[in-house]
Amino acid sequence: MTSIVGPASFKFFGIFPSMIFSFIIPVIGVGLFAYIMARRLAPLLRANPDNRFDHIGQRVKNLIIVWLGQIRHPRYMLAGVLHICIFFGFLVLSIRSTSLVIVGFSDGFVLPGFGGSLGSIYNFFKDYAATVVLVACIIAAVRRGILKPERYAVPEKYGHDHTAEAVFVLGIISVLMISESLFEASQVVSESRFTDHAHFLAPLSLVWIFRAILTSASQNVLQGLHIFAYFVHDITFFFFLCFLPLGKHFHVITSIFNVFFMRVKKGNIKPVMHGVTDEQLDDLESFGVKKLEDFTWKHMLDFYSCADCGRCSDHCPADAVGRPLSPRFITIKARDLMFKNYPLTGEIYKSNLLVEDIYTEDEIWSCTTCGACEQECPLGIEYIDKMVDLRRGMVDEGMVPQSLQKPLKALEKRGNPYGKMEKKRADWANDKEFKENHKIKDLSDKKSKADTLFFVDSITSYDDNIQDIARRTSIILEKAGVDFGILGKKEKDSGNEVIRFGEEMLYQELKEQNSEAILDTGVTQIVTADPHAYNALKNDYGNLPPVKHISQVVAQKIAKGELDLKPCLDPDKVYVYHDPCYLGRHNDIYEDPREALDAIDGLTRVELEKSRDRSFCCGGGGLMLFYEPEEETRMGVLRVNMAAEIGATVIVTACPFCLVNIQDAIKVAGKEGEIEALDFTELIEQHLL
Amino acid sequence: MEILVCVKRVPDTAENEFELNSAGNDLDRDDLVYSVNEWDNYAVEEAIQIVDKLGGNVTVITVGDDESEEVLRREMAMGANDGILLSDDAFEGSDGRGIAAILKAEVEKGSYDLIMTGAQADEGAAQVGGILAAMLDMPYASLVNKIEPGEGKITVGREIEGGNQEMNEIDLPCVLSIQTGINEPRYVGIRGIRKVAKVEIPVKSAGDLGIDAGSVGESGAKTKRVDYFVPDMGEGAEMLEGSTGEIIEKLIEKLKAKGGL
Repeated sequence: MTSIVGPASFKFFGIFPSMIFSFIIPVIGVGLFAYIMARRLAPLLRANPDNRFDHIGQRVKNLIIVWLGQIRHPRYMLAGVLHICIFFGFLVLSIRSTSLVIVGFSDGFVLPGFGGSLGSIYNFFKDYAATVVLVACIIAAVRRGILKPERYAVPEKYGHDHTAEAVFVLGIISVLMISESLFEASQVVSESRFTDHAHFLAPLSLVWIFRAILTSASQNVLQGLHIFAYFVHDITFFFFLCFLPLGKHFHVITSIFNVFFMRVKKGNIKPVMHGVTDEQLDDLESFGVKKLEDFTWKHMLDFYSCADCGRCSDHCPADAVGRPLSPRFITIKARDLMFKNYPLTGEIYKSNLLVEDIYTEDEIWSCTTCGACEQECPLGIEYIDKMVDLRRGMVDEGMVPQSLQKPLKALEKRGNPYGKMEKKRADWANDKEFKENHKIKDLSDKKSKADTLFFVDSITSYDDNIQDIARRTSIILEKAGVDFGILGKKEKDSGNEVIRFGEEMLYQELKEQNSEAILDTGVTQIVTADPHAYNALKNDYGNLPPVKHISQVVAQKIAKGELDLKPCLDPDKVYVYHDPCYLGRHNDIYEDPREALDAIDGLTRVELEKSRDRSFCCGGGGLMLFYEPEEETRMGVLRVNMAAEIGATVIVTACPFCLVNIQDAIKVAGKEGEIEALDFTELIEQHLL
Repeated sequence: MEILVCVKRVPDTAENEFELNSAGNDLDRDDLVYSVNEWDNYAVEEAIQIVDKLGGNVTVITVGDDESEEVLRREMAMGANDGILLSDDAFEGSDGRGIAAILKAEVEKGSYDLIMTGAQADEGAAQVGGILAAMLDMPYASLVNKIEPGEGKITVGREIEGGNQEMNEIDLPCVLSIQTGINEPRYVGIRGIRKVAKVEIPVKSAGDLGIDAGSVGESGAKTKRVDYFVPDMGEGAEMLEGSTGEIIEKLIEKLKAKGGL
């Protein structure tokens, strides 16, 4: 009697060498995989260009933190930890799986360097890895298949449910883990009968358990199991490899690339076409994304990479209020289309206008560009640039809702969405009471000079209710000793929403006029109280002196001791700070406004559960105020309710649009008297010493 | 189908604050922005949609000065194929009949199946469409809010007082004045206008059209504007002043005082 033989030497029925299968399976598997991948690459090769080979250092950092470090996963604790277990299990076991394929030709093969103690250490971890992955798969399968968390549900209009695929793949992974362990356990049991050497196995690992079960099995059973487990593993492994590119598990292959090529800058919008300068825009035949192939290759890679985890839509305010938009299905629908138009065999189909084929116009206009989806995605999938590109396409085709046409035309004619006269842009400074005590320099006539430009922007200049923000910002700047002035009638709308609503050429005109007017003044810094203006000037214009939000100025002046605040005037009230998307998520300003609030002695401040980078959009700013969406409730109402739930009585905003939306929402929610909205500048100005 | 749409450049009501000039006989036009008369946009959109379905050409035409070319370009950016500018110093000061006479001269040079105008213009009197039809001796339907093109004739819907709808069959060629709401005019951005910036737009004078200069313009006008003013506040009318909040407060007070609330 001899020890059992491996798949390289085994002969079925004593004559037919199993090595033939060890050879055929990988050849077919790899060949098929290569073919599928080639077909999958086809649309990317026809896609628009995308410049993703810049900022290599940052990209490597993302790879280490977001991909390898799985940093975004624990934001959903259970699902995140399960994923981390499976992810690291896969990484560890990839070495074992590779060597197993070769074991099919060469019994007892070990990869170079894995022969000695490194091999023993590796085997120890590998055995636990397989065990942990199996346990994680079982928990995940129960979760997906039985508990069914709500965020995985697929509304009828978006197609079929994806649970079957998810559970099937968990089953495949489990088969891999079990067969690998059985293969090893059968060998260990058999060998231990012929040698004195007691093989050390990681206690309580899958192999360890199988060894215990198989101790008394006959040699024939062990031999059969050994070969059976090997080929089950071999076939399952290559089946899995070829199955990955067919659905949501493509991310197992694409994630490393998708994260490496993910967005590295925040708050900006991609150019209309990479490699085409602003000056060359007029020469472009078409603008934006109209058909599938108009997406950039990275955006297509995004579609392939989506794991369908639903985190984006779980945080999407548009989805939460019942607008016809769910970012998850923006991706899934596009991926389905890619699979349909670029089938694995046969001819490639011609694609149609996306907004008529898979998307609706309302779906694309529903996005407030708040960025919650992108912040959440563990794979670095982008949405804002895609929305903007789709809107650019719609604008180019004239498909703009009537509610947006008026403000766009007003922006073209008057430089503000309200159609108000340019000469009235600085009328806020003519308020009788204000004018008596404060004089605002107009830098546009070049007679006045100042170091700092206060960029007011349209809503703060023209909206009766919001003009107070302009006056209060001026008083704060004055008190903080900042030498500042305004552009007056030369100021145009910053265009933050104009570019984000796809009206690129109008944005270009606004940018040009503002840039020229600002640079003419010779100021060394710009201050604004409007995060949308802050974002556009800082991240979209890219040619201006440094820009600061008023909350940064206040926090810095307080820290330097140049601005003192009184103790809280209303110590009984409970304040909560609402992070504006364009200050927080898009520009990482979370602490300055909080520090300024905390500098008011005796002010009670609470935190919303959805705060900082998980802040919930109030409803959107700029042109979004004009858009009339289909929705069941308002985003602002949900936000006000969140604040009320934690017992806040004052919602402090640092954005004029947040103030408008939240003030309206308090009325709609019927919470007048219970809760109020207050702008950051109002709170600070009240407390100026 | 060959369609001619008559358009007009007007001060934009949404983007201007109107004040009288010092003479008190017209608007103060120094700081005004102009655009296409809103009704005309609907007419052009409708024409484009008909041509998209049945084939043919859309021509836009206007009577005005050099600056009126801008509105023709905007409509061409929407999708109109050709533009014609009727411009002559002699046309200045024309009344509705004069404008219709100028348009008639050009219409007769072409061969159009359908002529459309906006139902009215922001600055006008809603008369050109009707007069033009009479001068051309063509059938006419006003306030059209629905068009179903057919062979040799079309069916048009008209909105009737009280929200009722009337449908009429009308022989071609004919003149229609188009009501807003008949469609959703497409958006025209700066990019669209730049694309047609270099398209040639023929300019025709009184001589080109064979019009006796004396029969149109101020001298030929049979109606004249004699005054232009903001009506005096009638008895019982009161303007509430102050910020929006203050106005609302005052209004609520008044409503309460009179038992309205």
